[in-house]
Amino acid sequence: MASAAATGQGIAAPVRPAAHWLKWAIIGVIGLVNLYAVTLMYIQGETIFALVTLILVATGLYVFAAPGAYVHRYIFPGVATMFIFIVFPLAYTIWIAFTNYSATNILTFERARAYQLSQSFQIADQSFDFALYGAGTNTYRLALTAADGERFLSPPVELRVPGAGPQPPASTAAIEVDLLPATAPPAAEPLPIKDLVRLRGVLQEVRAHLPNHTDLRMSGLRQFSAIRPLYQVLPSAQGGDGLILVNQQTKERIAPDMRSGFYRALTPEGEFTGPGIAPGFSVFVGWKNFLRVLTDPGVQGPFLQIFGWTLTFSLLSVIFTLAIGMVLAALVQWESLAGRGLYRLLLILPYAVPAFISILVFRGLFNQNFGEINVLLSQLFGIKPAWFNDPTLARTMLLIVNTWLGYPYMMILCMGLLKAIPSDLYEAAAMDGSNFIRDFFSITVPLLMKPLTPLLIASFAFNFNNFVLVQLLTEGRPDIIGAQTPAGTTDLLVTYTYRIAFEGSGQDYGLASAIATLIFIMVGVLALINIKIMRVDRPT
Amino acid sequence: MAMVQAKSIIYRKLAAHAFLWAWLALIIFPLLMVIAISFRTGNFAVGDIIPSHPTLDHWRLALGMSIVDESGRTIPPPFPVLLWLWNSIKVASVSAVLIVALSTTCAYAFARLRFGGRSLLLKAMLVFQMFPAVLALVAYYALFSRISDYFPPLGLNTHPGLIFAYLGGIALHVWTIKGYFETIDKSLEESATLDGASPWQAFRLILLPLSVPILAVVFILAFITAITEYPVASILLQDESKLTLAVGSQYYLNPQEYKWGDFAAAAVLSGFPITLVFLLAQRWLVGGLTAGGVKG
Repeated sequence: MASAAATGQGIAAPVRPAAHWLKWAIIGVIGLVNLYAVTLMYIQGETIFALVTLILVATGLYVFAAPGAYVHRYIFPGVATMFIFIVFPLAYTIWIAFTNYSATNILTFERARAYQLSQSFQIADQSFDFALYGAGTNTYRLALTAADGERFLSPPVELRVPGAGPQPPASTAAIEVDLLPATAPPAAEPLPIKDLVRLRGVLQEVRAHLPNHTDLRMSGLRQFSAIRPLYQVLPSAQGGDGLILVNQQTKERIAPDMRSGFYRALTPEGEFTGPGIAPGFSVFVGWKNFLRVLTDPGVQGPFLQIFGWTLTFSLLSVIFTLAIGMVLAALVQWESLAGRGLYRLLLILPYAVPAFISILVFRGLFNQNFGEINVLLSQLFGIKPAWFNDPTLARTMLLIVNTWLGYPYMMILCMGLLKAIPSDLYEAAAMDGSNFIRDFFSITVPLLMKPLTPLLIASFAFNFNNFVLVQLLTEGRPDIIGAQTPAGTTDLLVTYTYRIAFEGSGQDYGLASAIATLIFIMVGVLALINIKIMRVDRPT
Repeated sequence: MAMVQAKSIIYRKLAAHAFLWAWLALIIFPLLMVIAISFRTGNFAVGDIIPSHPTLDHWRLALGMSIVDESGRTIPPPFPVLLWLWNSIKVASVSAVLIVALSTTCAYAFARLRFGGRSLLLKAMLVFQMFPAVLALVAYYALFSRISDYFPPLGLNTHPGLIFAYLGGIALHVWTIKGYFETIDKSLEESATLDGASPWQAFRLILLPLSVPILAVVFILAFITAITEYPVASILLQDESKLTLAVGSQYYLNPQEYKWGDFAAAAVLSGFPITLVFLLAQRWLVGGLTAGGVKG
């Protein structure tokens, strides 16, 4: 680093040749390894990831190799990680919003195609009688006899029952065996059927190859049959474009439907027909996911309801925490009050306890049957509110818990800002006969509001996306009835997208990303407003 | 006049004390409850707030010891709480150290060196840190499953992978440290450069030793952020033995297997050290907090 630094400064420092060569060797190795990985990714159809890796590695190598980019060596690692984990996920989420990426359409087209081409089927009329002969410990020879009496024999093959004996378990990959023509069966007795039963598991992994390149697979305890790839690419002589595959069993033609993301059967006229053939692959679907959010009643209804609740929740959270925090800050900053340090410490306590623990504590305390809050309420008033099953109560509970969690932050902010209010303002007010309540509302509040505004917007944005609270306290429950996607009455937009993406059977990443993109836009607008307000504030 | 005013001040003080104590009773009640529950027999509320038959069973289970119940059955600890706590501490400390290293070098360049795109990058960092990672969880999952395909030690279900993911959140720390660097007089470094020191030497030997306080603040902030982080860890980690505390704790309150008492002991045991760290450090943290947004 020191020698490289000197070069960057243009000071002629002696560069040790060994270090020099080492540097270039390391750069070369990293470059080659990554070039290999990028090529691999590109072949698999992961174009986006290949591109991102290529850009990052190339930039990194340039920054650390070129003397002219010396300054950028300081920022590259940090900026690169921010790029990978903030900018790229943002951009990639927006990209997914325009695709049908989901549990059913999870592969790339290249992988779905490779999967179809790896399928095989057995040809029943090309079967061989099969016998197994011992050839040493765990080693056997396969003997096959065709219907016309032609015999084939394999060289000794190792066949291990997985997990048996001290040997490591056999791998699950296919065992390739080449068969050779033979004139007579081996002299020894074939293994009895109980050994075949014992070895059945491994034998099913055997792929035997005849000299004429026919592939055989076990089709019964005493039988091997020929297998063929189920799909073959339609040759261009017959009008194939490299995409159409022919089912060798039924002669049906299938082709990838780039609109639905599935292989589908083709009519003789070349039209798609029938349902999609799994596995699906992800394709670009345009604005479809956004249109679903805005127009599909099963999605739009819950979306609007959740959006409304998200706004209400964030706004009320800010108002409650601010009101309580400001009053407490004013009290604690009152100089003639004894024990202010202790109050301050105890009041901050909810902020100091990790949120994931306190939220779970409230989840237990609010439990309808076993929770201490209901035990108290039923002893005092004889009521047992259903905190988790009634939408209004569940929302009230969320707000209570969030106020508990959030007021110390507002208190800390206000305490810092209160110190900046000159005390002669209060003295002047006292001369005019003001009391402390009027002081609070006509001096303290107006003077605090201006510097607080950007922080309140940030707090609003934070609560808008308060994932941990909802996920750990109610998990969005109680559910909205009639929703097409998993949705709850206490869900915020973020937990709603999480549920669409990771819960239930649908796992619709495309739809989840479309909603996430809409949230990005709202958060972005808030961020811009915030920066504008801060800039207005700065000159004063 | 003065007498009347003094009297009204006394009333006001009394009212303020009464209000504060009432409020504190309400606020601290849940925390005291959890401590009481952790000593109470069984996993269900029985009607009394202060345990009548205190027991250490929940604490034994939380500390990883098996207990024997009345019918003579041995009950093993339900979850490896201490392992989870250790995982959390490990992930949080390593990521905090790396975050300090990354953001310090970045901040140095932004504060002292001149290069193209400097102010653009600084502004972009401020805007992008507003977008929470939880909105891009699908992308995170896809990203890490790709990394798993090509380089498993940094992929899904690994601690290095999680640490790697946490390194993205350095923007605010870069701003904090940059602000601190700008308050340090440049002349020391300039005279060192005149004596032949490279920028790296000026940074490493002069600026860094002067900045230890801010580095400590950033370390603690990054540590607390990582230890309380839930969404990304819940997506990336899968094995029970790999979970962090934030992800694992929720399994106690599964409706099918409700372990309220065991949870209480585990929560007090693991929450106490983290709370203590925060309270001890809060004097230094308050400044950083007011400068940088909301606790996550």
